[in-house]
Amino acid sequence: MAREPLIPETAHPPRRIRVGDGPLARFLLIGSVLLVTVLVLVAPLLAIFAEALRHGMAAYAASFAAPDTQCAIGLTVFTALIAVPINVGFGIAAAWCIAKFTFPGRNLLVALVELPFSISPIIAGVAYLFVYGAQGLLGPWLEAHDIKIMFAVPAIILASLFVTAPFVARELIPLMIAQGTEEEEAAVTLGAGGWRILRLVTLPNVRFALLYGAALCNARVMGEFGAVSIVSGNIRGQTNTLPLQIELLYQDNNAVAAFAVATLLTLVALVTLVAKAIIERLDAARVKAQGKPGH
Amino acid sequence: MNRVIPGLPLSLGITVLYLSLIVLLPLGALVWQALDVGWERYLAIMSGARTMAAFRITLSTAALATVFNCIYGLALAWVLVRYEFPGKRFLDALVDVPFALPTAVAGLALSALFAKNGWFGGPLAAIGVEVAYTPLGIAMAMAFTSIPFVVRTVQPVLEDLAADVEEAAATLGASDLRVFARIIFPAILPAFLTGASLGFARSLGEFGAIIFIAGNLPLKTEVVSLLTFIRIEEYDYPAAAAIAATLLGFAFVLLFLVNMIQLWQQRRIGTGD
Repeated sequence: MAREPLIPETAHPPRRIRVGDGPLARFLLIGSVLLVTVLVLVAPLLAIFAEALRHGMAAYAASFAAPDTQCAIGLTVFTALIAVPINVGFGIAAAWCIAKFTFPGRNLLVALVELPFSISPIIAGVAYLFVYGAQGLLGPWLEAHDIKIMFAVPAIILASLFVTAPFVARELIPLMIAQGTEEEEAAVTLGAGGWRILRLVTLPNVRFALLYGAALCNARVMGEFGAVSIVSGNIRGQTNTLPLQIELLYQDNNAVAAFAVATLLTLVALVTLVAKAIIERLDAARVKAQGKPGH
Repeated sequence: MNRVIPGLPLSLGITVLYLSLIVLLPLGALVWQALDVGWERYLAIMSGARTMAAFRITLSTAALATVFNCIYGLALAWVLVRYEFPGKRFLDALVDVPFALPTAVAGLALSALFAKNGWFGGPLAAIGVEVAYTPLGIAMAMAFTSIPFVVRTVQPVLEDLAADVEEAAATLGASDLRVFARIIFPAILPAFLTGASLGFARSLGEFGAIIFIAGNLPLKTEVVSLLTFIRIEEYDYPAAAAIAATLLGFAFVLLFLVNMIQLWQQRRIGTGD
C-alpha cells in the first residue's frame, strides 16, 4: 500500500490496513461474536418473555394479581426509593472528595468505595447477620431496646445499600477527575459557596453520569438476591422482595408466575440500558461540540 | 492539595462515616465472628468433605467460566473497537445486560433454556450433553454474570492503541497473528488480566444465577456461596463465618492481584514501554 510521506497526524488519517482488517478475518470474527452473543445474551432475555407468555396474555396478567406478588412489588419499590437516594448522596460526596482533592489515603479510599463490587452478596448478607442478628455485635443491645432490624425491612435496605454503594461513585469519579477543578475554582473566585458550586457547576457537568449511576443502582437494588435472601427472613407477603418472590414461585412450580414477575425486573434492566445508550449518544454529541468530556 | 474549593472535610467525613457503617462494620463483624471460631475448629470446618467439595467445584467452574469470558470477551472487545457494522451500538449495549439484569432472573432464564425441553437443553440432550444440574450449568451461570468484565476493561485500552507500531510491523512483513501476539496482546495484557481477575472474583461469589440451574447437590453441584447460605439456615454460624471469611480472603487476594497488575501497567506507561 503506497503511502505519501510526511502525512501530518490529523483527525482523519487516511484509511490504513491494520491487523484483522482483511475481509476473511473480519467476517469470521464479527460472525462468531454475533452468534455467541445471540446464544448467551439474547436468548436468555427472549426465553424470559417466551416462558412468561407461554399460556397467553390472560395468564400472564393474572400472575400479578396474587397478594404476595403485589406485596413484593411494593416492598421492592419502597426499598429502591430509600436506598437509591442514599447511595446517590454517598456517590456525590465520595466523588467530590476523591475527584476534586488530593489527600493521603486517597487511593485506599477509592479501593474501599469499590470494595462491595468484588464481594459476594452472600458474604454481605452473612456479615450483616453478624452485626444485627441475635448473636451479632449489636444484637443484644438492639433486643434490649426492642429495635428490629434483622429479618425485617431495615435489614433489606441495609444489605441493598452495601451491594450498590459503589455504583454512583464509580460513574462520577473518573468523569469528575477528567473535568478538573477549573470551573469550581472560577466559581469560588466569583464568590460562590460550596453548595452553590455543587448545584450550579459540578452537578450540571456530570448530570448524565449521575442519572445513569442512579439508574444502574436502582436496577441492582431491585434485583438484589443473595444478600437480601439471607437478611430478609423470606416471610411471604412481608419481607419478600421481587427476586425472592421469583424463587418462591419457581419452587412452588408456578413457572408462568415466576417468569411473569421476572419480566418486570427484565424491563427495569432494559430501560436502564436504553437510558445508558441515550446518555452515551448525548455525551458524544457534547464532546464533539465542546471538545470536553462531560456527561 | 486543593485548598481553594470548599467541602473537603464534609464530603470526606460523610464518605468515611458511610463506608465505616455500611461496609467496614459488617465485614469487621464477619472477621470477628470467624476469629472467634478458633484455629482448630476452623481447620475442621474447612477440611470437611462437603466444604472441600464446594470449594473445588466453585474454583473449577469459575476457572472454566473465566476461560470462556477471556476468549469471548476479548473477541467482543476487538469487534466493538476495530470494526464498523450495522447493529454495533446494539451489541455494545447488550454487553451490559448481565450487570443490569438481576442474577435470579438470569438463573431463571438459563434454567429454562437448558431444561430438557428448553431451546438449548433439547438439542444438547440429543448429542448427550447435559448442562442443567451439572457443573457445566454452574459454569454457564458464572460465565453469563461476568461477561462484561473482560470486555469493559480491554475495550478502552484497545481503543487507545496507536496504529503506527502495528503498521510498521506489517510493513516489515509480519503476519497478522504475529503482530497481534507480539505487539497488540502485550499492550492489552494488563487490562485483560484485570478483567479476567474481576470476572473470576465475581464468579467465585455468584449465588442467584447458580442456584436455579445447579441442582444444588452436596458434593456434586453445591457451590461455596450456597453452602454458606445453607449453614446460616441451619444456624451453624461458626461454619458460615469460617466459609464466608475464607471466601472474603479469596476476594481480597484477587483485589490485591488486580492492584498489582495496575501498578505494573502504570510503571510500563511511565517508562514509555
